[in-house]
Amino acid sequence: MTKLNSKIPEGLVAEKWNNYKAHQNLVNPANKRKLDVIMVGTGLAGGAAAASLGELGFNVKVFCYQDSPRRAHSIAAQGGINAAKNYPNDGDSIYRLFYDTVKGGDYRSREANVYRLAEVANDIIDQCVAQGVPFAREYGGLLDNRSFGGAQVSRTFYARGQTGQQLLLGAYGALNRQIEAKTCTMYNRTEMMDLVVVDGKARGIITRNMITGEIDAHFGHAVVLATGGYGNVFFLSTNAMGSNGSAAVKAYRKGAMMANPCFVQIHPTCIPVHGDFQSKLTLMSESLRNDGRIWVPKNIEDAVAIREGKKKPTDLSADERDYYLERRYPAFGNLVPRDVASRAAKERCDAGYGVGTGQAVYLDFKTAIERLGEDKIRERYGNLFQMYEKIVDDNPYQTPMMIYPAIHYTMGGTWVDYELQTTIPGLFSAGEANFSDHGANRLGASALMQGLADGYFVLPFTVQNYLADELHTPRMNVDEQKEFIETKEAVKAHVDKLMNVNGSRSVDSIHKQLGHIMWENVGMARNEAGLKKAIDEISSLRKEFWNDVKVPGTADSLNPELEKANRVADFLELGELMARDALHREESCGGHFREEHQTEEGEAMRDDKGFTYVAAWEYKGADTPPELHKEDLKYEAIEVKVRNYK
Amino acid sequence: MDLKIKAWRQKNANSKGGFENYDVQNITEDSSFLEMLDVLNEQLLGEGTEPIAFDHDCREGICGMCSLFVNGRAHGPDTEITTCQLHMRKFKDGDTITIEPWRSGGFPIIKDLMVDRTAYDKILQAGGYVSINTGGVPDGNAIPIAKIDSDEAMDAASCVGCGACVATCKNSSAMLFVSSKVSQLALLPQGKIEGKRRAQAMVAKMDELGFGNCTNTGACEIECPKGISIAHIARLNREFLFATCKD
Repeated sequence: MTKLNSKIPEGLVAEKWNNYKAHQNLVNPANKRKLDVIMVGTGLAGGAAAASLGELGFNVKVFCYQDSPRRAHSIAAQGGINAAKNYPNDGDSIYRLFYDTVKGGDYRSREANVYRLAEVANDIIDQCVAQGVPFAREYGGLLDNRSFGGAQVSRTFYARGQTGQQLLLGAYGALNRQIEAKTCTMYNRTEMMDLVVVDGKARGIITRNMITGEIDAHFGHAVVLATGGYGNVFFLSTNAMGSNGSAAVKAYRKGAMMANPCFVQIHPTCIPVHGDFQSKLTLMSESLRNDGRIWVPKNIEDAVAIREGKKKPTDLSADERDYYLERRYPAFGNLVPRDVASRAAKERCDAGYGVGTGQAVYLDFKTAIERLGEDKIRERYGNLFQMYEKIVDDNPYQTPMMIYPAIHYTMGGTWVDYELQTTIPGLFSAGEANFSDHGANRLGASALMQGLADGYFVLPFTVQNYLADELHTPRMNVDEQKEFIETKEAVKAHVDKLMNVNGSRSVDSIHKQLGHIMWENVGMARNEAGLKKAIDEISSLRKEFWNDVKVPGTADSLNPELEKANRVADFLELGELMARDALHREESCGGHFREEHQTEEGEAMRDDKGFTYVAAWEYKGADTPPELHKEDLKYEAIEVKVRNYK
Repeated sequence: MDLKIKAWRQKNANSKGGFENYDVQNITEDSSFLEMLDVLNEQLLGEGTEPIAFDHDCREGICGMCSLFVNGRAHGPDTEITTCQLHMRKFKDGDTITIEPWRSGGFPIIKDLMVDRTAYDKILQAGGYVSINTGGVPDGNAIPIAKIDSDEAMDAASCVGCGACVATCKNSSAMLFVSSKVSQLALLPQGKIEGKRRAQAMVAKMDELGFGNCTNTGACEIECPKGISIAHIARLNREFLFATCKD
């Protein structure tokens, strides 16, 4: 029944990527400029891939919804990027990075992809240094490392708390160089509205110019989606306001399957929600858990007194504090993976030990400041502390930070094979937009690694392999080719439909309602009744959207409400798909926690017999439930075990 | 708190703009400035008025998209922040808040409070990078770099490209922006090799796009959300001077 062919190369896991490269098809330099690639998104994956394909000589058209490619949300990644350089001589290796990533993902990722990721990670560091990325250094002039969750070695390279920014600016510089060289053409403030498929192959996209409202068609011999994750389906998340899942949903409707959509990462250390008008949540980097200790009061009376403002956290002695991560997970302590840390925080708060509004725990630097001095802490995390202080108006050098888990990253995404090609030939998906490398939970500092691995070191090979067979496909005239004309008309009709509902509810009010349904039922803890309820509620909310949404202004001018409406219409579809996927997966693994499946100690309980597979969903029409396809996961280089951080 | 908002409204690049006054009620002091604008926009939507367009994205001070001139200051009445990091606790109940877009010939207005900053991209396209291709580079630790240089390069590299320096400068000079990239790369061995060429190309592009000259008032440094020092402008001048002398 499955239509999924993951195309994993032959050989031992350590040999697969080399085997692939040795036998792939190439395009000669003179022919490369005759081939067009469309790149949607300019984050780490898209920016790096566009630049690298441009350097090779392909003709690349690059699209982003922001006013500049430099603003893609990769820029907000704080903590760092992993690589198995083993510079600290602490026992790291490619195998160990591979092993930690598969284990961290709770054995739900594809072994061959993860090994390749670990393999090329070292090249990424070299590449970024050569670009002038100012990574943190030791006094001896060599690169510094720190630790992240789920690892017992220090393998994370960083540039203060702005690593994502520096890596993205590196890729953006490389892209700028290709724009100047005219191999890449940049389309800013342009949103992809649909995918064009001709004879079963992806051949282009339809876009909307966000300033003039103009709808245009663009041809490409191949199309790459590097459009990030869909965490904003929850309304409140650490994503940028504009981050959306629309490109993935449009591709899904055209036949690109969505894999493991219910695998969402809830990040344990974010600034807690303060009120109804809140528009987004701000992350405090995982790197803070290197030196910060997480606790709540040991006695419930103290927790109540703190919530009522009668006591301060600094009033409690060490004995009166419950460092619950160190207590429950002595081997990894505060550096357990994100899913484990988030659930532990929720457990304490649900039991009544939360501080602040009751939905918060402390992240305390007192011990580290005593040990290392305030200056050292400032040097390591200064910008994060400043950010916290500006938002909360509290000095974290003196009182502990308050934090709570929040939606952060989506491990699920468009299904891709080993070549990062989706179920539509010629359509590729990279970075957070695809599902492949993180299983059911992503380790810290691995998103930057995957984005750049896909962009610099995977797509330039695999896209080329695909294009080698496309040499004889002439460029299509988008004004004459039937499929382009039809898709363009369909997009115009969709925009008109959104403009003409003319109801009474704002887009944001519906989006917030969707977010509530998702957070309550498809969030940190899920159960059958809640998921069924969510599916019903989302389905009626979707009807309400199409009957009662109000989009002011006109379609042929800059119209932020129209942009949001287009994205929320897609989130309403995606939310339901996530709930369906979560309902079908009758086990707990990584970020997916089903209350029916837990150990007596409240740890996630996998069902390896029943669920060691990737769930890929095929679109079957607006009113028909999607069809499930399974890609079985085989572990050859790693023994599947119960994940243990105790 | 209740506030009076005096906001710049302009239909598009070619039309004439003007201030409009609005009242907004029940804003909590823990809200961010942009959340206050969200509330106002939701209110306008209910009244059948088109919401105020403004640029924003990450809302955590790093993407550089937000760009409001609040009560006469780029990013409003606080230091080392972007507009999205400005919180309403900086204002008092009953205040009138004036909101304008960046004003500079180099940044034409698109609509209301949104401006076009593609000039910044063009300046960087002229040479704001190290000219290497993907792959075939030396090991990350092959060239040691003194921590002090690396740290200073990082100070410069933290520029978010928001345009506050240009909006603040009475000459609309983009020198702090250009210097942040030239200085970052001049401090690192990887970037030094084409340092002279870079300084000349980027300065020429900056001039061509209509940004003014630097008269060392230091206003840019005060309003830069990342606190980038004008010492980097001095390094840019040095790089540029050496390059010109060599010719």
